[in-house]
Amino acid sequence: MKAILKYREIWLLAAIAVLIGLISTRFPAFANPGNLRQVFNDTSILMILALGQMVVILTRSIDLSMASNLCFTGMVVAMLNAAHPAIPIPLLIVIALAVGLLLGAINGLLVWRLNIPSIVVTLGTLTIYRGATFVLSGGAWVNADKMSPDFIGFQRAAFLGIPVLSWIAILVIALFFILMTRTALGRSIYAIGVNPTASVYAGIDVGRTKFIVFCISGMIGGLSGYLWISRYVIASVEVANGYELNIIAACVIGGISIAGGIGSVGGAVLGALFLGIISNALPVINISPFWQMAISGSAIILAVVLNARGERRQGRIILRKMEAA
Amino acid sequence: MTDTTNTPAPRHIPDRLDKPLSSAIFSWEALLVIIAALIFAINSFASPYFLDPYSLSDLTFNFTEKGLIAFAMALLIISGEIDLSVAAIVALASTLMGMAVQAGAGTPVLVLIGIVVGLGCGAFNGFLVTRLGLPSIVVTIGTMSLFRGIAFIILGDQAYKGYPESFAFFGQGYAWWVVSFELVLFLTAAVVYWFLLHRTSFGRRVFAIGNNPVAAQFSGVRVGRIKFILFCLTGLMSGVASVLITSRLGSTRPSIAQGYELEVITMVVLGGVSILGGVGSIPGVVLAAFIMGLVTFGLGLLNVPGIVMSIFIGLLLIVVIALPIVWRRLRGGR
Repeated sequence: MKAILKYREIWLLAAIAVLIGLISTRFPAFANPGNLRQVFNDTSILMILALGQMVVILTRSIDLSMASNLCFTGMVVAMLNAAHPAIPIPLLIVIALAVGLLLGAINGLLVWRLNIPSIVVTLGTLTIYRGATFVLSGGAWVNADKMSPDFIGFQRAAFLGIPVLSWIAILVIALFFILMTRTALGRSIYAIGVNPTASVYAGIDVGRTKFIVFCISGMIGGLSGYLWISRYVIASVEVANGYELNIIAACVIGGISIAGGIGSVGGAVLGALFLGIISNALPVINISPFWQMAISGSAIILAVVLNARGERRQGRIILRKMEAA
Repeated sequence: MTDTTNTPAPRHIPDRLDKPLSSAIFSWEALLVIIAALIFAINSFASPYFLDPYSLSDLTFNFTEKGLIAFAMALLIISGEIDLSVAAIVALASTLMGMAVQAGAGTPVLVLIGIVVGLGCGAFNGFLVTRLGLPSIVVTIGTMSLFRGIAFIILGDQAYKGYPESFAFFGQGYAWWVVSFELVLFLTAAVVYWFLLHRTSFGRRVFAIGNNPVAAQFSGVRVGRIKFILFCLTGLMSGVASVLITSRLGSTRPSIAQGYELEVITMVVLGGVSILGGVGSIPGVVLAAFIMGLVTFGLGLLNVPGIVMSIFIGLLLIVVIALPIVWRRLRGGR
């Protein structure tokens, strides 16, 4: 039992259960499986983005350009779809992944080859990518009536009673779980975050690994670009403006340490779900949506305080063991 | 070792070596001066309206408010911390000033509220970072949502208007001819922060903390207290900026100053402050503020939309930082 309680994810899961419990005292239907499935679907894009951000943060870096990447890639696929409705959706998704990969690779190259701190690089590309969206579209919007029915319908189609969007999220979660726990790359990502110097001595190419994580976060940004645009059926320069901080917030609430090396796939997913539940619940329990920002801000601060406590406690336990030995 | 007869008399040990002229020419500030001159020249060729005292005066409004925050932010980043909540502090301070107006407060009270709210928010950040030992980037992402969130709770989709006429002076008034009050305040703050960072022991301690907080602690520097003061200063300057912006716009919405935090940080980094801490100068930040003002204003005269300007700012940030690195590589023959 104690071993289970040590996991941060369990506490987060408990917090989410309490949250759902509290909400259902005011709006009983919220805890229905059907509604929870809806909440999961609504949060899918944030979960996917949080996972992409997680691998970057684990290596002591940060990607502030994800939301701008999403905006740019979303505009690319929306314009492609408007101009050539015949392009099949799977191909569009591949294009979205490729465009996102390219944008991520630019970040990664600047971090890897020029050694510029990632926060500076992505602060720059954050404005560049969003500006590029404007240049690409000429400031015009792509509306629902210009998108093909397939483009909009793909993620809404139900498979085994669950929308494709949720399935994509589940697939991405599974892939990240395999990446982080079953591959050498996953191990190197953790190693770099815990101790970059030791990682070099262990034969890990730190620069190259950082390049790869930026490619991953870029691809995730691109994929989310398509998902976002086809979900909210509008592509404009304003899409997901400021969303990069929500993504980081989901990671922080999920217990991913901004100092690198600490965090898990489960944490990122639950952190995103926590935020998703709040934003879904506020309207149904008659709290003005204007409260959402302050609530998620408080949740972030609370999560950091609790996580810092947890990290400290772990340190002490190791010390005690050594003294006993 | 045995040469004791020739021991030099105790002499003044310089805290930094004299720099040769070449390093002054290739310094960051020199690079920024060249860039600023280039953009200035291009602007005056590109638009006939640029070289006009009134245009140039309008130009200064592009950077004075953000620049005021950037000075304090520079010190904070040099000490190895960061504050992403500055724009949210501006919004919260502006909202509370708006509330005070509804309650019938006069101009002095409004200014006091703006400054005190800023200071309070900064102290809250400082408390979380230094007392609870939390990473500042995460704390201020949290407080950023919290502060602006409170502004949204108070205001929703409404706006506060009806600021007193005397209040308009701070953001719209001129001290002399085309020299705005904002510009005077900006230059005064530049001198004060230059003195604080480069001419006082407090400034030396800020650099020491940024270079090695542990060594600084062991050298008797009160790391926590100095960082706390720096967070308070950043909050204070955000409060001052809030007074200026609110006065200039004459109204408050909760979305006021949205995205300013990234522009302020861009300004600081462009000014040669290392995001990793320990390196930076106030003249660099002043120049970076001018450059950003010049770029946005010059492109504005050419009818370039704001979002395209941001591409230039982003490119400028990356290129200016990458250039010295590439230059060193090429000369190093790698």
